Amino acid sequence: MWEEFPLIPPQASTFAERVDMLYYFITGVSIFFGALIFLLVIFFAIKYRRRSETEVPKPVHGSLALELTWSIIPFCLAMTMFGWGASIYFDMYHRVPENALEISVIGKQWMWHFQHPTGQREINTLHIPTGRPVRLTMATEDVIHSLYIPAFRVKKDVVPGRYTTLWFEATQPGTYHLFCAEYCGTKHSQMGGSVIAMEPAHYQQWLASVGAQAEAAPTDQIAAASPVEAGQKLFRQLNCHTCHMAGPLGMGPSLIGIFGQRVTLETGETVRVDEAYIRESILAPRAKIVLGYKPAMPTFQGQVTEQQIMQLIAYIKSLK
Amino acid sequence: METNVVGVDQSSSGEPSAPPRVHYLNAAYGIGSWLLTKDHKRIALLYLLSVTFFFFIGGFFAVLIRLELITPPGDLMQSETYNKMFTMHGVLMIFFFLIPAIPAVLGNFLVPMMIGARDLAFPRINLLSWYIYSIGGLLGMGAVIFGGVDTGWTFYTPYSSTYSNSNVILAALGAFVAGFSSILTGLNFIVTIHKMRAPGLTWSRLPLFIWAHYATSIIQILGTPVVAIAIVLVALERLFHIGIFDPKLGGDPLLFQHLFWFYSHPAVYIMILPAMGVINELITCFSRKRIFGYHFIAGSSIAIAVLGFLVWGHHMFTSGQSIYGGFVFSVLSMLVAIPSAIKVFNWTATFYKGSISYQAPMLYAFGFIGLFTIGGLTGLFLATTAIDVHLHDTYFVVAHFHYIMVGGTIMGYLGGLHYWWPKMTGKIYPEGWARFAALVIFVGFNLTFLPQFILGYLGMPRRYHYYPEEFQVLNVMSSAGASILGVGYLIPMVYFVWSLRYGKASAQNPWGAHGLEWETSSPPPTENFEKQPIVTHEPYDYTPKPEEVAVV
Repeated sequence: MWEEFPLIPPQASTFAERVDMLYYFITGVSIFFGALIFLLVIFFAIKYRRRSETEVPKPVHGSLALELTWSIIPFCLAMTMFGWGASIYFDMYHRVPENALEISVIGKQWMWHFQHPTGQREINTLHIPTGRPVRLTMATEDVIHSLYIPAFRVKKDVVPGRYTTLWFEATQPGTYHLFCAEYCGTKHSQMGGSVIAMEPAHYQQWLASVGAQAEAAPTDQIAAASPVEAGQKLFRQLNCHTCHMAGPLGMGPSLIGIFGQRVTLETGETVRVDEAYIRESILAPRAKIVLGYKPAMPTFQGQVTEQQIMQLIAYIKSLK
Repeated sequence: METNVVGVDQSSSGEPSAPPRVHYLNAAYGIGSWLLTKDHKRIALLYLLSVTFFFFIGGFFAVLIRLELITPPGDLMQSETYNKMFTMHGVLMIFFFLIPAIPAVLGNFLVPMMIGARDLAFPRINLLSWYIYSIGGLLGMGAVIFGGVDTGWTFYTPYSSTYSNSNVILAALGAFVAGFSSILTGLNFIVTIHKMRAPGLTWSRLPLFIWAHYATSIIQILGTPVVAIAIVLVALERLFHIGIFDPKLGGDPLLFQHLFWFYSHPAVYIMILPAMGVINELITCFSRKRIFGYHFIAGSSIAIAVLGFLVWGHHMFTSGQSIYGGFVFSVLSMLVAIPSAIKVFNWTATFYKGSISYQAPMLYAFGFIGLFTIGGLTGLFLATTAIDVHLHDTYFVVAHFHYIMVGGTIMGYLGGLHYWWPKMTGKIYPEGWARFAALVIFVGFNLTFLPQFILGYLGMPRRYHYYPEEFQVLNVMSSAGASILGVGYLIPMVYFVWSLRYGKASAQNPWGAHGLEWETSSPPPTENFEKQPIVTHEPYDYTPKPEEVAVV
């Protein structure tokens, strides 16, 4: 019967079971205290019901011991919930495994674009392998969206002007709901689709078949180029290479091996070169000038889409 | 002090057939005498009419929303229309019903009466606040009439500031204007409570209803200006594109969320603290008991008001804010649970060895304890970071805040309205119907919102017009509950109006209650008391008098 009337969504990621355990704990505590209050109120209401219009009960003033008891016990339980939840939250949002599969995500009114590291693109459907951490780097072209996969118990807002990331590891092959959880306008409720988790071998087959399709008939949805290749092409089209080169002719700093390094700015501060810094440098190049260079770069605001910025970043990351 | 009659039935028939008495209702006639009144009791009735109007408009939108959600595809209305419906439902209910309901109606009527004052400290400002509220309400209604708003009541940027092409400015202006009414009412209450208490009414003799309104007023004064600023910034951004929230111009979209929730989380306590204040009066009267732990309850109101300002970030656990910030907001949110738990335990303990009668106001108080307990406990899930990541922006949140804000506030409001109805109007409402309505509302409410907790954990996001088929059964249950709830809310409206004409006249103190408001006639004279009351005892002093020793 519970198959047809479930109380929890499928448990399909490494987080799902941990989140559910904590959920059961809080549910248990809540049912205990809820039942305690309900039963006491009903019991007192019946036992001490008014039997005559003139009766006047003896007053009870209060009890410090009782007050302290029912302050301290809820406090301890609440702190347990906090600590337990915080440890899962920390792993969910902070401890991204090193070997994660990197997938880039762009949200826009009203669809999700995904691109796999080998170039395959999809809209509103995301194929992923099971048993391997997947890291989503997400940006939005317009308003705030929020990527939500209930079966994985994960959700993260996608905020204009910054990259947000989310990671998970699927455990069960299957097709799961993918929703936008942050209200984003008229078709908000239709901005979603599915996550299809596949055995790693099937995932590889899928990648290959989509890749072959793309080579046969390239369309916008399934492109042949990987993000790195697309980024390289774009890098040349936009003439980035004419300034960003090593040596005395380089008007801008060389980008080889720069990703993940710290660079010194003309203000004397240092900044780590990550996705957000590169993005900012493309859109607002004069915000953080590297020491020794002139603020000569024009902005590319309005000339590149979020997807193209991600491709440029993928290319810069690949420069070793 | 009134000690003679106890119980409603004998007292209502005991009214002597004297010539018509002059009281605040018949002291002056004509529309002008109402629209220019400076009497806090008349202003309370003006508010009663206004909030009732907005409650039923907001409720009408709720009915349409629940009708739409009976089936998974959006087959009743367009997505755009649906989005406008839930936005206007939220805006009207929150800014024009839940926030003003208890302070502006019951608070306005009772704060001066309970402290033995003739009026509020600033009667003209009190009238002004009703006009400001009404202008805000008209602006809000204007936004509906001119085509609606589709941002959600939260007005999140950059959707509201740049992308939505609906009447955002008009609706926001309505909320902005109404905010000033809230600030003025809070200011008036604080000054009145400080300066105008009757001789002998020390702080530790104040009714807990007054303590609750004092705490609420602090939030209104400190919090409301912040949301006003946020709203002005959205309007400026829309009109002049100055780049406060738009990252393309160097702004920060999350700044709005911080400003908005800095007010809008405490706003929940503007709604629920006054309801708690009402519940204290009801359960002491109908159990004929002193409240258990008076000082803890008074202190917990202040604690909730103060802590309420420190927890806004728990609305943003998934927003990408610092995870360490998330931890801090999570701990602080957990702390709010403690004073709330203290209140519930104290109410339960007050019943112990009481003399409990099941009059309609008490049934609403029982209902309040039930709904508030469920709402409070489910708050623990949302304060827990990792669980909130899954539940954020789902129906679990919808159910949780309806239990607290709607279940709690309306149970308190209706309970208080029944309890003080004889005082306000001089009429007795039909007890049988009132008990029946309380039951219908409790059943309807739970049938509407309990399924939504399950829907939320299953992953149904809020503000969804279309939804996957497997969520249908629970949605149908919820919609069925909503229709029962709707009927439940209509019944009191009918018998209250009926009682104005056909209800029996009420005695001065039909419930045998304690409190200064019961020491004057019903309805009270314009100046509230025939002579200045003097307080010589603690509140809720239901101690047996020598001549009426207990039959317990």
